[in-house]
Amino acid sequence: MIESVDLSTIDWSRAQFALTAIYHWLFVPLTLGLSFLIAIMETIYVKTGDPEWKRITKFWMTLFGINFAIGVATGIILEFQFGTNWSNYSWFVGDIFGAPLAIEGIMAFFLESTFIAVMFFGWNKVSKGFHLTSSWLTAIGANLSALWILVANAWMQYPAGMHFNPDTVRNEMVNFWEVLLSPVAVNKFLHTVSSGYVTGAIFVIGISAWFLLKKRELLMAQRSILVASIFGLITSLFLAFTGDGSAYQVAQKQPMKLAAMEGLYKGEKGVGLVAMGILTPGKKAGDGKDAFLVKIEIPKLLSVLGYRNTDAYVPGVEDLIQGGFKPEFSPRPAQESAIAISVEEKINKGRTAVTALGIYKEAKAVDDKAKSDSALKVMKENFPYFGYAYLNKPASAIPNVPVTFYSFHIMVALGVFFILLFIAVLYALKKKVLEKQRWLLWLSVWTIPLVYLASQTGWIVAEMGRQPWVIQDLMPTMAAISKIDASSVVITFFLFAAVFTALLIAEIMIMKRQISIGPKEGGTK
Amino acid sequence: MFENMSIETLQSYWYIIVSLLGSVLVFLMFVQGGQTLIYTIGKNEEERKMLVNTLGRKWEFTFTTLVTFGGAFFASFPLFYSTSFGGAYWVWMAILFPFIIQAVAYEFRSKPNNFLGQKTYEWFLIINGLLGTVLIGAAVSTFFTGSEFSINKTSMINLTDPIISRWEGPANGLEAVLNWRNVALGLAVFFLARVLGTLYFLNTIADENIRKRSKKHLLINTIPFLIFFLSYVIALMVYPGFAVDPLSGTVFMEPYKYFHNLITMPGVLILFIIGVMLVLAGIALPLLGEGKRGSTGIWLAGPGTIFTVLALFLLAGFNNTAYYPSTYDLQSSLTIHNSSSSHYTLTAMSYVSIMVPFVVAYIWYAWKSINNKKIDAAEMKSESHTY
Repeated sequence: MIESVDLSTIDWSRAQFALTAIYHWLFVPLTLGLSFLIAIMETIYVKTGDPEWKRITKFWMTLFGINFAIGVATGIILEFQFGTNWSNYSWFVGDIFGAPLAIEGIMAFFLESTFIAVMFFGWNKVSKGFHLTSSWLTAIGANLSALWILVANAWMQYPAGMHFNPDTVRNEMVNFWEVLLSPVAVNKFLHTVSSGYVTGAIFVIGISAWFLLKKRELLMAQRSILVASIFGLITSLFLAFTGDGSAYQVAQKQPMKLAAMEGLYKGEKGVGLVAMGILTPGKKAGDGKDAFLVKIEIPKLLSVLGYRNTDAYVPGVEDLIQGGFKPEFSPRPAQESAIAISVEEKINKGRTAVTALGIYKEAKAVDDKAKSDSALKVMKENFPYFGYAYLNKPASAIPNVPVTFYSFHIMVALGVFFILLFIAVLYALKKKVLEKQRWLLWLSVWTIPLVYLASQTGWIVAEMGRQPWVIQDLMPTMAAISKIDASSVVITFFLFAAVFTALLIAEIMIMKRQISIGPKEGGTK
Repeated sequence: MFENMSIETLQSYWYIIVSLLGSVLVFLMFVQGGQTLIYTIGKNEEERKMLVNTLGRKWEFTFTTLVTFGGAFFASFPLFYSTSFGGAYWVWMAILFPFIIQAVAYEFRSKPNNFLGQKTYEWFLIINGLLGTVLIGAAVSTFFTGSEFSINKTSMINLTDPIISRWEGPANGLEAVLNWRNVALGLAVFFLARVLGTLYFLNTIADENIRKRSKKHLLINTIPFLIFFLSYVIALMVYPGFAVDPLSGTVFMEPYKYFHNLITMPGVLILFIIGVMLVLAGIALPLLGEGKRGSTGIWLAGPGTIFTVLALFLLAGFNNTAYYPSTYDLQSSLTIHNSSSSHYTLTAMSYVSIMVPFVVAYIWYAWKSINNKKIDAAEMKSESHTY
């Protein structure tokens, strides 16, 4: 009997990872953004000495603490899941992927957890200056931890700074700085943390708007809105800028993801960007159906976003499967011929690499140097397609187009909306009419769930859009999992789902109550 | 400076760092031990509030150490991470679950409208304290008793089944509790954590009733701790161990292996003896002395715990020993040489490790500035942020 991996183990492991990541990402963005807002507010308190600012700072800090704990709880599962559910992955790239995780612990988590204690318990125990420093260090610690995990994630999307060692059968790091400073990593970090800043800003504005609607805590609400909307406007513009940078990187390194984001099946020169559209249900690559039922397009914009050139050729899903076009950029310079090859050829090359690895190992075992050298040469030539070996058909290289397309468009539309909202709120504040614009206040309140939606859809684009790859071109999900029964993963999936959901309900209930209680005592110090 | 070191030196260096993190983790599990005593030592809400709050100011250190221990192990010995976590799936899940519920328990416990009720969150703390300590202790014990797994890196060339490590034990790791030695170390860690918990209460809480009960439970928990710990250590000395032939890398069973390790590495022996003495001295201090001296036991027993556990880790991995042995296939056993990261990665990570003393220094500074005054009932009423 030929043993093979259990396909349902792959699906359930993916589902469990997605569940954990989605829950984790419900809490982390707020931590990233609110920590800075709190530090800014406390800085104003220390500079002005106005006790009202202390009261404001402490109010947001209470909400921060409630949210923080549950981010930590989901984070630990995320980290250990690389081992428990993706053990083959952990070996295959652990030499590169493990380092950022360890650095995250040493550099960032301790910083965050040490100074968060001072932030909460130090008001009456340490000096004002030390307390303020602690608040800033907590924010920096939170953002530093985001840096390292995002470097790790970016590396999976664009593996850089490594080589494959056939003796240990794994990838090994050869250049730390290429891993850390890869353009994908830099961009991913900036885009992701700024989405957290926008989340923090909208959270503060939304809740403050609720106080204004209830005609409570007017001073606190107005001051909070002022800080948050300036912070939000600046960071949301930066978010749009880094979003553009993301698209540029994806066009170069993950053209299939870009095609899925845009529902582009047939490539052409000077492609427009779909502003809005409805995909044809059941559309498959190569079935000749029109991809869209309806769409509104901005001419040439996709070519500009992806390639900085109005007439650039953007390959579609079908082109990427069939090859035969001349790419504007090669994902791996000098490793790809001028004309793109088909996925079928990539699968063949991948299998050639894997077979050569086997021959190499056998020759090495019997000390046949000539044979092992020639096998190694073949393996190296074909290694860029190593992961394709495990795909059973070319269509396996296509991600879920509708999910990627809709997620991308929801994210972008909401991003634009947030910028407009910040401008509207700031304008109303300047004209001193914000309290009377009840529609704007209600809109601010209801934007809170939307910012979470935008954040989640962003990650769905990043992670669903790169399927089937765990590591782009080198390892598909199928080759990354652990050898465990699907039934075990099913049980833990539902356990996690139940626990996380219960904790989420608890968090929302507690948060709502704390908001309605409002800021407590006045600043006495 | 690190790039000129040999791979063997770097592997040893990282094994020491990971072991040190593991040892600090066991010390910091005074939080877990204390959590299991909140109903035993806290007889009313006011007392329990003091206990939970004094632990609540430290729980994140334990949690963060656990996460960093995992991350550092992953980065330096990825084959361990992949083999153990992916194979002993249920053990690790059973360890992680209690930590999820712990992380929210402090923050949510006393907040109004908290959905599950204060009692539930207190039980979350107790469950975490019980399972976290026993299972981590049992998992560490498998470093000496072995597990059932096999590794074949050439599986990668099998296109339909490329998974390199697989667990051959019947229950994905839970079978470890069928070995009495694993259970003994688990229980030793559990009672040690409770001992350290009582010492921590004595150090940080100014309340007569709590002090009296802490002392009583210090004694009560010391006895089973000593019984389980000593029987574990005696067994360790007389059972055979997993030796590695340094030339061929072949793993074989050697009688009295860990006893041999102890006498061939006198530094480890001294570390172990000093560690045990410090733990005993830390326990004796409050039982014999009153006042200020009686509350400083944690500062002896804490470092004592770190030294003792560090010595145990070094016994497991140094002196040509397989630190994560497989009883299913001896040659699949992990040694610090066959399971580590590359020279380059270990070098890069070593530069990061230079930061550790700074981290320890600011933790120390922040800890002192928060703990400079003992917790009492009055503070629980005046403090704006309590659990």
